[in-house]
Amino acid sequence: MEISIFSIHWSSLSEFFAMGGYGFYVWGSFLTSALLLCIEVVQAKRAWHDELRDLAQAYELDEGLAQMHKERS
Amino acid sequence: MNIHWFYYAAPQNFFRLSTTLWPWCAAAAGVLALLGLWLGLVVAPIDAQQGEGYRIIFVHVPVSWMSMVIYLAMGFWSVMGLTFKTRLSGMMTQALAPTGAIFAALSLLTGALWGKPMWGTWWVWDARLTSELILFFLYVGFIALTSAIDDVKRAERAGALISIVGCINVPIIYFSVKWWNTLHQGASVSLTQSPSMARLMLWAMLLMAMSLWAYTLAIVFYRVRCLILQRERDSRWLKGWFEQEHLALVAGR
Repeated sequence: MEISIFSIHWSSLSEFFAMGGYGFYVWGSFLTSALLLCIEVVQAKRAWHDELRDLAQAYELDEGLAQMHKERS
Repeated sequence: MNIHWFYYAAPQNFFRLSTTLWPWCAAAAGVLALLGLWLGLVVAPIDAQQGEGYRIIFVHVPVSWMSMVIYLAMGFWSVMGLTFKTRLSGMMTQALAPTGAIFAALSLLTGALWGKPMWGTWWVWDARLTSELILFFLYVGFIALTSAIDDVKRAERAGALISIVGCINVPIIYFSVKWWNTLHQGASVSLTQSPSMARLMLWAMLLMAMSLWAYTLAIVFYRVRCLILQRERDSRWLKGWFEQEHLALVAGR
């Protein structure tokens, strides 16, 4: 049987969420992964903006501009 | 030919390269993930043996692959760093480690979530699971060791040693299901009956894997830029770049 990439396997949304009784495990896996990667991205962005602010201070640019770098994050 | 490679070994040039590349990698990761999730969670048919629970494969296998690939990449950059003494190598190793640790943790977590319904247990001291746990500890050990040493050069050398020696664990993880009698299923996943279905599931898995490759490139490029800011702050090019950034910011206000 040939399956089209547009043929949806599920007949209802609740069936999709239930995952044939494996909902907790399947969604748990995908959500944990999404969560950890999101935390990583937020963390990396924060580190980048902190570093820019540090640089502004190291180069003795004025405080107001240093603060702008922080706020742009 | 060599000239091109070493051109990007200069932090200044790599900084520009990664500034250009990371947004494209991030966008590719997003698109590939959407396609992979669509195929894996919405289109792919049920598995004959594991029911709908098998869909964990679409995240478990890609994160496990990446956890191994990233460690090998760290080993590669460590060898480069020790051989050619390029400043970039240490930064690349450093930038890769957190992402590798996260993927190793995810491999263990998603594996536990798969093991519970299929084997009836979250964890067994099986060769595959134990060697992956060791990989996670190697990542944590690398991060702890390099952040405990204040001198950047000494920290890099110690980290390079862990990275290179630890690489021995990667083939052990990979072949553990062949070498030992493990509870973990073999490398060839039973991709059900008809070939068209198998192809579809395989595609879903490959798309997810490609998405994580792109994600890893994006986050590593992003993080290495941060490390370059830290370590190259005395260089003139960086001050020039920063002042330009500043001017752009002031103009935008």
